[in-house]
Amino acid sequence: MSLIKGETGEWEVVIGLEVHAQVSSNAKLFSGAATAFGAEPNAQVSFVDAAMPGMLPVINDYCVEQAVRTGLGLNAQINLRSVFDRKNYFYADLPAGYQISQYQQPIVGTGTIVLDMPDGSTREVGVTRLHLEMDAGKSLHDQDPRLTYVDLNRAGVALMEIVSEPDMRTSEEAGLYLKKLRSIVRYLGTCDGNMDEGSMRADVNVSVRKPGGELGTRCEIKNVNSMRFVQQAIEYEARRQIEVIEGGGAINQETRLFDSKQGTTRSMRSKEHAHDYRYFPDPDLLPLELDPAWVDNIRASLPELPDPKKARFMKEYGLSSYDAGVLVAEKDTGAYYEAVAKGRDAKLASNWVTGELFGRLNKAGTALADSPVSAAAVGELVDLIADNTISGRIAKDVFDAMFETGKGARAIVEEKGLKQITDTGAIETAIDQVIAANADKAEQVKAGKDALLGWFVGQVMKATGGKANPAKVNELLRAKLKG
Amino acid sequence: MALDKDKVAHIARLARIRVEDKDLAPIGKELDQILSWIEQLNEVDTANVEPMTSVASLKLKRRADQVTDGGYPEKVVANAPAAAHGYFTVPKVVE
Repeated sequence: MSLIKGETGEWEVVIGLEVHAQVSSNAKLFSGAATAFGAEPNAQVSFVDAAMPGMLPVINDYCVEQAVRTGLGLNAQINLRSVFDRKNYFYADLPAGYQISQYQQPIVGTGTIVLDMPDGSTREVGVTRLHLEMDAGKSLHDQDPRLTYVDLNRAGVALMEIVSEPDMRTSEEAGLYLKKLRSIVRYLGTCDGNMDEGSMRADVNVSVRKPGGELGTRCEIKNVNSMRFVQQAIEYEARRQIEVIEGGGAINQETRLFDSKQGTTRSMRSKEHAHDYRYFPDPDLLPLELDPAWVDNIRASLPELPDPKKARFMKEYGLSSYDAGVLVAEKDTGAYYEAVAKGRDAKLASNWVTGELFGRLNKAGTALADSPVSAAAVGELVDLIADNTISGRIAKDVFDAMFETGKGARAIVEEKGLKQITDTGAIETAIDQVIAANADKAEQVKAGKDALLGWFVGQVMKATGGKANPAKVNELLRAKLKG
Repeated sequence: MALDKDKVAHIARLARIRVEDKDLAPIGKELDQILSWIEQLNEVDTANVEPMTSVASLKLKRRADQVTDGGYPEKVVANAPAAAHGYFTVPKVVE
């Protein structure tokens, strides 16, 4: 647990997250209009979404399935009976004057998310609930000095609101929670997790207290749309609250807005009266009743999820908790790794995938899906290292060339003549030349100055263009100088 | 249960209905009567009664995940008091 130091001692930060995850579906939650991102304004709006009089909502079966699948992926309780309510408030991008949501009887109850901490340990965060609701439209405030433009394309798109318990204590944990949740929904295919396009947004609840004391009054920071911003918002907000309390003031429970340019939060006056939503069951919709057999079918179709996959990677491939965590974060990554590791040195495969490959992909800003080097090609390289055709050091140069040209490892080794020299005679010749040229240093080694041995290994490697097998060089040098 | 003027003003504000100051007290009285009638209903013990959601025993209808609607932005904004470039426009909402 990490605490923040204030004037009056240490403070503990208490964080809960409400994540809105857009359900991956073709059509909206209650209408047959499309959900695709980036369409012309109001081109994906039905009269239901526009709240024309007399239009009735009909629920999209697949969106329900997606919510249940997500619930199962969070090891959560599935409620076979849930109810849709109207959440009433007025805003220009909410044409009906209410949002159809779920209040007291959500479709999914309590579950858990396991955080993978950087030191390899894990920490559990409780999920309070997941409910289905429709999104509102989008307001554009920057198109006209006096007008707000409203596009209803997003209005009615299905969202899953996933509410956590106030179990997090640092901004880092909040970041890890989002990361894990994103990983799980992407594995399940229930949300694309694309924060840039607004497919995942978080409302962050922050309060501070003296360690072990009563919970403080919380503030809710609305609609934070990147992991980095979530962490920045928490850090700013915690410090602000500590300053207010230590200055003799009190925290008002309020909704705040994160300003990503300044890294600060500020009060959202417009939401002052918004907490009185007057929920009531939507008379247009009957309760949502699920058949247990249908839920079991979804359960049976779940893919292997990050946590069990991580455990399997640790057991099957002997990987560390950290490496396994990195490899299972994305479904593609795990599959790529397994294709490299199958039948090979699993540790070596992990080093090449997480270290060399990811490093180069990151630097180039390329996604794994567009990697110029296939899993089979990395496998070929690992094979060449394993059978001593090339040394680990040369392999890095080969990999650079593979990354640049997309050619196979073997082809590059042949083309550039990078085959490792394991032939004792050739290495001995090189060693003899180096010793002859540095007779004085050779004498020193013979006299017991072992530290110079490394220098000799380096010289011989240099003389052979890095192609000599370092282990063999070492062995032969020792025999000659220490023998 | 008595509704004071502040409560009535708050409810009116939530419903975006303008109520003159002089009308707050009479409206409070009217609402009181409605509430006392509901309180009377609350006297009935419904602890073991399932909430009735429909007079006939219907199941919630569901639709398949297919795009069957939309694609008529001009119709969507046709009745808008103000529109521009395919968007609804409203007086600036300042955040």
